[in-house]
Amino acid sequence: MTDQPDQPGQPGQPDQPGLGEVLRDLTPQVLGILVRRGADFAAAEDAVQEALVEALRHWPEPGGRPDNPRAWLVTVAGRKLVDAQRSAHARARRELRVHLEPGPGPAAQADDTLLLLSRCCHPALTPASAIALTLRAVGGLTTAQIAEAFLVPEATMAQRITRAKRTVSGQRFDRPGEVGAVLRVLYLVFNEGFSGTVDLAEEAIRLTRQLAAATDDPEVDGLLALMLLHHARRRARRTPAGAVVPLADQDRSSWDTAMVAEGVEVLQAALARDALGEYQAQAAIAALHDDAATAEETDWPQVLEWYDELIRLAPSPVVALNRAVAVGEVDGPLAALRLVEGLPADLPRRDAVAAWLHERAGDRDEAARRYRLAAERATNLAERDHLTRQASRLNRGPGPRAG
Amino acid sequence: MAKYLLLKHYRSSHAIAKDELVPMDQWTPDEVTAHIDFMRRVADELRERGEFVDGQALSPEGTFVRYDGEGRPPVTDGPFAETKDLIAGWMIVDVDSQERAYEAAARLSAAPGAGGEPIHEWIEVRPFLGEPPVVTE
Repeated sequence: MTDQPDQPGQPGQPDQPGLGEVLRDLTPQVLGILVRRGADFAAAEDAVQEALVEALRHWPEPGGRPDNPRAWLVTVAGRKLVDAQRSAHARARRELRVHLEPGPGPAAQADDTLLLLSRCCHPALTPASAIALTLRAVGGLTTAQIAEAFLVPEATMAQRITRAKRTVSGQRFDRPGEVGAVLRVLYLVFNEGFSGTVDLAEEAIRLTRQLAAATDDPEVDGLLALMLLHHARRRARRTPAGAVVPLADQDRSSWDTAMVAEGVEVLQAALARDALGEYQAQAAIAALHDDAATAEETDWPQVLEWYDELIRLAPSPVVALNRAVAVGEVDGPLAALRLVEGLPADLPRRDAVAAWLHERAGDRDEAARRYRLAAERATNLAERDHLTRQASRLNRGPGPRAG
Repeated sequence: MAKYLLLKHYRSSHAIAKDELVPMDQWTPDEVTAHIDFMRRVADELRERGEFVDGQALSPEGTFVRYDGEGRPPVTDGPFAETKDLIAGWMIVDVDSQERAYEAAARLSAAPGAGGEPIHEWIEVRPFLGEPPVVTE
């Protein structure tokens, strides 16, 4: 089981418009077909990568593009798989040939998506391994692209993927695993945001769309809605220089209204099915923010109701902290501060929320002190810079509150 | 995943763990080779685990440099014969947890020194400031 060299030519490459995109959509389908017919996952993944290399070599030639690209890839990948096993397992080859004969129906394809995702997000894998394997085996990204997105050397990422494949290899593929584990991994990919040349948020949305089309679970739709409702604000979240812009100060006219509309539609359809879960609740909160034309128009009482649901469905200190912000808006900063001070001292952003509430309560000195503490404990640069600016604004003496 | 810088100090107040550290030039050649082999092996292990990002050993001689105003050459100071705190090298790992970063640092610290015994040197572990998450509300 080796990590195959990556195929050149990806979406956006000018000389092959659309080809990379087509191949990335077909990657999980082809892999799913091979795996469902009994091929070992790791071997099948290698075979699919080899078939993609062949496709990139032959399809751009005049008349090279096959009429049925998926069938072509299945045939070529199947042949690669047989070649790989020929010397070692002559008998297994004959059996495999028989398995590779039948064609897939649409229902089987839908099952494959969940089957593959649940295998790539297997609980035996660490989150980082699951993410890497998902992006390659289902997302169709190259090892080099994944390495760049996570700012590690390609050799390191290749090893991470190889180890992940070894871990899930030998696990049976006969039935899909838990959807929850898949949703957690997709959520993590989304939250990585954008670094390097690969937009991981977009990639997460693409994969979640595939999963939503293949499954019948309102929480999958809830996660898709959550992603769309947040991604709609991407242009407003940072200044051109990269500084963080808090929700209250964002230029709402730059939000993507079409994406908000789609997110709301997906969410409403999910909620109508009356099987509430944490992703639907989070999406509902995001939708209420997206719905307010100005920060002042935010329907905070309803936001708080959704946080009450969320904390019931998925209690955690992070949710409790975010809920405290809503309490601050509904019941005032002092009520919220009582909640915040009861949370663990090492909770990220706790001091930042406390600082904001102290300022609202009129205690500028304590607010400045807590902003400084929050800056010292920030786990990322953009947040630290933002918090330092807040502390310095308060330390420079009284004046109108600025973002 | 989070990235951590593992700093290998030499001669810092923390560098001496159990006993006074015997300077490397007073080890036997085999002991020096064993130490270097060990460091390379740890890097290979981390690579194999998909956690290695980068690492370098640094020349012990360094110079302090600072800006001295527009149009003026930079001011330099040093090199110093004796530095109180010298960074001998560094490694960057990309790992799943802080615990795992500590584990990797402890592994580095087990490098053998004089007499083939682990030198137990302190490794400073510093988390990187990464990117903010997308969802914060």
